[in-house]
Amino acid sequence: MTQSKITKQLVSTTINGEPVEFLCEPQQSLLECLRDILGLTGTKEGCNDGNCGACSVLLDGQLVNSCLVLGVEIEGRAVTTVEGLADWRGLHPIQQAFLEAGGFQCGFCTPGILIATKALLDRKPNPSEAEIRAWLSGNLCRCTGYDKIVRAVQAAACHLNTECEVDA
Amino acid sequence: MQPFTYQAPTSVGEAVTLLADSTHQARPFAGGTDLLVQMRRGLYAPELLVDVKHIPELNRIAFDPTAGLTIGAAVSCAWLCDHPAVRQHYPGLIDAASIIGGAAIQRRATLGGNLCNAAPSGDSIPALIVLGATATVAGPHGTRSIPVADFCIAPGKTVLGPGELLVALRIPPPVPRSGACYLRFIPRGEMDIAVAGAGAWLALGEDGSITDARIALSAVAPTPLWVKAAGEALIGQSPTEDAFKEAAAIAQAAARPISDVRGTAAQRRHLVGVLTRRALQGAYQRTK
Repeated sequence: MTQSKITKQLVSTTINGEPVEFLCEPQQSLLECLRDILGLTGTKEGCNDGNCGACSVLLDGQLVNSCLVLGVEIEGRAVTTVEGLADWRGLHPIQQAFLEAGGFQCGFCTPGILIATKALLDRKPNPSEAEIRAWLSGNLCRCTGYDKIVRAVQAAACHLNTECEVDA
Repeated sequence: MQPFTYQAPTSVGEAVTLLADSTHQARPFAGGTDLLVQMRRGLYAPELLVDVKHIPELNRIAFDPTAGLTIGAAVSCAWLCDHPAVRQHYPGLIDAASIIGGAAIQRRATLGGNLCNAAPSGDSIPALIVLGATATVAGPHGTRSIPVADFCIAPGKTVLGPGELLVALRIPPPVPRSGACYLRFIPRGEMDIAVAGAGAWLALGEDGSITDARIALSAVAPTPLWVKAAGEALIGQSPTEDAFKEAAAIAQAAARPISDVRGTAAQRRHLVGVLTRRALQGAYQRTK
């Protein structure tokens, strides 16, 4: 088989609630498709091998590393990227909590951490600090030392969950 | 990554036909958490990836108290770890499946992939071995069943022949008064590769003595290692600390660790003793 035989495939999918169609080659990761084909550059490329979490997105609501998903795999499925968090009302409560708690410095890991946080709080509205730290173990941050990130997740949980008692 | 073609068959037969076609250098593709990384590093350059996640037999978890547990080869670790029957009846398997990668990896990585990747450090393999798991494999000449203990033959190498596809893992039903546990040592809390790991399974008789036991190790030999003698030494004994220490010493003697970036051979041999003893304690707690 030669490279000339490999043709682009049409992918019909939903990204951030909107129907999207694009052409990609099978070896292009979802991360490359998002950034290079669709111009959704909020999702970042860090390690490109599943260690750093900068490329985290939701695939049918599940947290995945978009560098380890092929673009052709999202046919008929739904992807949420960091661009899908805010709406016409403004920032998502998780984004607002990170802003207020200073849960970032350079900001490179932040889109992935916001998405990972959404996946966590969708699954577990009131996680313990240990659960937050374990869940975010796949999202590396080289600036903050993680503490402000954890406080921001707690504040976001508090905001989203009326029964929350954490004083963040 | 090198260009390749992508197919997503919806039946085992179709997948085997694609994999067996000798004009393709084809590889099955499930979670991709090992395969895509290895392809980017140039370890493999398949011409065809066969996505097995659309095949029903590879995408199911079934538990029956008399038949046991069947885990499709493309079932993610997160799916397995959230399954109530698996949590209830096979906590020793959850020990291993829940520590393979962080949250995002958990949602893609599969036990089938962990087995077929055949890393000496594959956490789920010792857990599967001690539970007596078998692998159901489909190929161009039909279906066969292989004990997981015999599946890996060298680092990254398995008994799978050309065109063969791992369909499912089967684990016997839990026997009364039995328990399993898997433990590994890593220098950080999560998201790491085992320096050494140990799985243990125990079954007790009505009088409380050990009627059967299995111990298997990770990251201390070219393949995950079933130490039959360590389990056999426990049979007929009471589940005491002394008995567990004796079995742990046999496991230590059987280990063939190397020194590498993750640890020295001496450290690994020491860890085998500690982890085996603690895994036996954990397995014993679960017999109750």
